[in-house]
Amino acid sequence: MIPVPEVNLGGVLPALVIGVAGLLAMLLGLFVRKGAVTVGAVIGLVGVLIALMVNAPLRLMNTTAFSGMIALDTYTWFFNMLILVSVGLTILISMKYLVDQGLDLYEYFAILLFSAVGMMFMVSGSHLLMIFVGLETLSIAVYVLTGLLPGNTKSSEASLKYLLLGAFSSGLFLYGAALLYGASGSLGLAGLAKYFQSGSVSLMALVGMGLLLVGFSFKVAAVPFHMWTPDVYDGAPSPITGFMSVGVKAAAFAAFLRVFFECFSSAQVTWAHIIWVLAVLTMILGNLAAIVQTNIKRMLAYSSIAHAGYILVGMAAGTPSGAAGILYYLLAYIFTNLGAFAVVTMVGRRGEANINLDDYRGLGKSHPTLALAMSIFLFSLAGIPPTAGFIGKFTIFSAAINAGYIWLVIIGVLTSAASVFYYFRVIMKMYMEAPDVEPESLQFSPSMAFALSITVMVVLYIGIFPTTYLNLATESVKTLF
Amino acid sequence: MENVSHLLSLITFIPLLGAAIILFINRECPETLRWVTIVCMLVDFVLSLFVYFGFDSSIATMQFVERYPWIPQWGISYKVGIDGISLLLLMLTTFLGPIVVLACWKDITVRVKEFMICLLFLQVGMIGVFVSLDLFLFYVFWEIMLIPMYLLIGVWGNPARRLYAAIKFVLYTIVGSLLMLVAILVLYFMAGKSTGIYTFDLLKLYDFAVPVQAQFWLFLAFFLAFAIKVPMFPFHTWLPDAHTEAPTVGSVVLAAVLLKMGTYGFIRFAIPLFPNAAVDAAWWVVLLAVIGIIYGAWVAMVQVDMKRLVAFSSVSHLGFVMLGMFALTTQGVEGSIIQMINHGLSTGALFLIVGMIYERRHTRLISEFGGISKVMPLFAVFFMIFTLSSIGLPGLNGFIGEFLILLGSFAKFTWYTVFAASGVIFAAVYMLWMFQRVMFGEVTNPKNLNLKDIDLREVAVLTPLLIFVVWIGVYPNTFLKPMEPSVKNFIQHVEKKRAAVTAMEESGKQNLPNVERISLVSSVTKIRAER
Repeated sequence: MIPVPEVNLGGVLPALVIGVAGLLAMLLGLFVRKGAVTVGAVIGLVGVLIALMVNAPLRLMNTTAFSGMIALDTYTWFFNMLILVSVGLTILISMKYLVDQGLDLYEYFAILLFSAVGMMFMVSGSHLLMIFVGLETLSIAVYVLTGLLPGNTKSSEASLKYLLLGAFSSGLFLYGAALLYGASGSLGLAGLAKYFQSGSVSLMALVGMGLLLVGFSFKVAAVPFHMWTPDVYDGAPSPITGFMSVGVKAAAFAAFLRVFFECFSSAQVTWAHIIWVLAVLTMILGNLAAIVQTNIKRMLAYSSIAHAGYILVGMAAGTPSGAAGILYYLLAYIFTNLGAFAVVTMVGRRGEANINLDDYRGLGKSHPTLALAMSIFLFSLAGIPPTAGFIGKFTIFSAAINAGYIWLVIIGVLTSAASVFYYFRVIMKMYMEAPDVEPESLQFSPSMAFALSITVMVVLYIGIFPTTYLNLATESVKTLF
Repeated sequence: MENVSHLLSLITFIPLLGAAIILFINRECPETLRWVTIVCMLVDFVLSLFVYFGFDSSIATMQFVERYPWIPQWGISYKVGIDGISLLLLMLTTFLGPIVVLACWKDITVRVKEFMICLLFLQVGMIGVFVSLDLFLFYVFWEIMLIPMYLLIGVWGNPARRLYAAIKFVLYTIVGSLLMLVAILVLYFMAGKSTGIYTFDLLKLYDFAVPVQAQFWLFLAFFLAFAIKVPMFPFHTWLPDAHTEAPTVGSVVLAAVLLKMGTYGFIRFAIPLFPNAAVDAAWWVVLLAVIGIIYGAWVAMVQVDMKRLVAFSSVSHLGFVMLGMFALTTQGVEGSIIQMINHGLSTGALFLIVGMIYERRHTRLISEFGGISKVMPLFAVFFMIFTLSSIGLPGLNGFIGEFLILLGSFAKFTWYTVFAASGVIFAAVYMLWMFQRVMFGEVTNPKNLNLKDIDLREVAVLTPLLIFVVWIGVYPNTFLKPMEPSVKNFIQHVEKKRAAVTAMEESGKQNLPNVERISLVSSVTKIRAER
């Protein structure tokens, strides 16, 4: 008789709630002819709120469920929260966007929620297969979302590119997992950790680890596995680009960290060097390429590559404070980047016609509030105090210095000085240049105004009073070490 | 500590409050906006007078200290306080606040709301830099003031090249300050690992003896940040652009206060934290300072634009400040601090004067003018006095500063001082020559015939500056006395700490683990082993 694994639905309740919300959105969409967007959005938001509530107990847990497939701990709690917040904000940002684009699609929210389910399983997975299933669930949903703009060839092209490269990276990931299984006889993170601690690590296992590293690097868009990023970010609908740049990145980094710190920590000497090189390449290329962009979505795509580089610096440090720095950084980055993409969505107008940097000329005069919000996000991305982005960089860099990586940090700060140039260029366009023709005024929808005010306030608040959030991050990474 | 006063926090954040109020005022009433700003600046100044009169000038310790935990897990606190060194700079900043607002009353007519908010934010950043006693807090203020200055130059600057000048200013400053941030972090961990107390508290870090080899690198990073800000030759190239393109009050604040943040940084942070490196590097720093003095003067001489001329004269004057400071004698340092104030007053006033004439004629080319003293007699009086003060005429403020600096540095850097003294002569050449070409002779250009003399507002702008120019020149003791204990303490501290570090290095290698740990090679294996 096959033993029945103990079932602990309580632990995966947040993911279940979101999944049910996704199904509901899909079902109700069938019966609602007009206003499907509102219905979908409301279901999604309610789902997110309930999920946030049922997520709370996870904070105090430290156990695994489903025969060690899923880890229920503070780390999962933290990332679930990040994912839920980014889904919620994305829904708020998307509402008016969908109406404006003439996309009365209820599936949009259903797919968005399904991708969140994938993310939540990915961050809680403590078994390589579980992580893979989560990764695939989220990826497939995101491929669809990327190609959602009907009749827009750029969007379809982006979707196909993402699908092909994503499938390739998934294949590498799976192959790596297979090799690791061959070497150690286990796919669970605990079993793998035991194998790596045993001292006799075969070459096959090391190759497997390397392939996992490549797979994760694809998902977090680290150089040289970043090729898909600019095109996909450019082609996808703006709110989805924002969602990808924070949600997918956070989920991928969560699993990346969990796998590498929990299983391979005894091989850290080996992979830390690789991460070091990846971080340097990512920071340099991301920042330099962003300088020459004239399209804001591509610029933010390269900037998100660069931010992956800073996060890798924290990983190279390999200490609990480095990991905590990454968690705080992702928290700051989610609010900052979603805020920036909210502005990009608004300025983009119908058909995403205005996504060039020049379209931001004169925004400071015609829409002072919007320009102020965008400036705050850009300062945060550039790491200027007193914003969340500054504290994020500060935590990561200080952890790296504490671990002795002074040169890595020097490269990091110099590239971030270069980043000031392109972030400030947007500010320059908004405040110091005049548009050729006075554009029509933009309408704030209540949901967009709500999303923008939340993001602005959080970016400033956790930048000025970061204590609580830094403690949360420190507490959350304890299970990894 | 009982009897904690919140005066310094009030002074720092009142401009922020003002900016918040302005945010809710209709942009259609620029008069209200201006009034709110100037009232706010005046309140700030009056409060700083309480600090001045409540300041005990017989002791060298920090006064008006406030301390609250901010990010306790990293040992970061909100800690502010002043001593004799920062007192005068704080006063200078708050004193210039209302003057600057009054000066731009008619100059700035577009986007007044944003302009006033920028000015107030700038004030917060500048005051914050001078009062903070926590390295993290200092860094935050140091960076914050970058944004309003960037906007001042970029939005209200000269249309032709403002964008270039603005981004150049930001990039120069930020490269230096980010490297300084790395150095701050290295110092933090070094002190933490060796003493067990992780803190960004400046006064505690003062007592930590940094090994000589590490001092060199850390000092280098701090030096870069501050030298760019001062600016010292050869890091000065952003300055003429920023000054020329900025609106008048932007130049005034830039010259009068922002540049002082660099020199203040040396005296508050770089030298006392890393005394061995500072003394060892003094020879080189002074070399750059003297090159700056002479080079700045020579380049100023050939300028055709009055504002650019004054900008280059700043390079020269700040060379003196650096010379006096690195002499590390009581007179040298006192002269250096007084010279910071002097430069703030005289160069600030000269920028205002150039701005006034620019408002009337919309050109700053020297060749466009001539015989202005006939048309604008009152203006000529002010211009003359500030020119003489900038040259260093006895009886006016510039003389006191330069004299003390030369006196203080002669014993240590005899030849340098001789060369530096020639800068005083060159200053007389370029300033007087410009004054002569602009003000004297016949009115050759018919456009200048009907220029209006300065009005009451402009007199009100210049008179307070004039009073202090004369006051410092005639009776400098008012200003020297409060700083004396602090300056003596500063020099003693530098010497003591230097001796202590040297002794520590020589008396064996007991501190070697720290040196090793901070060695600039990253080594993962070591980290692993430690864990």
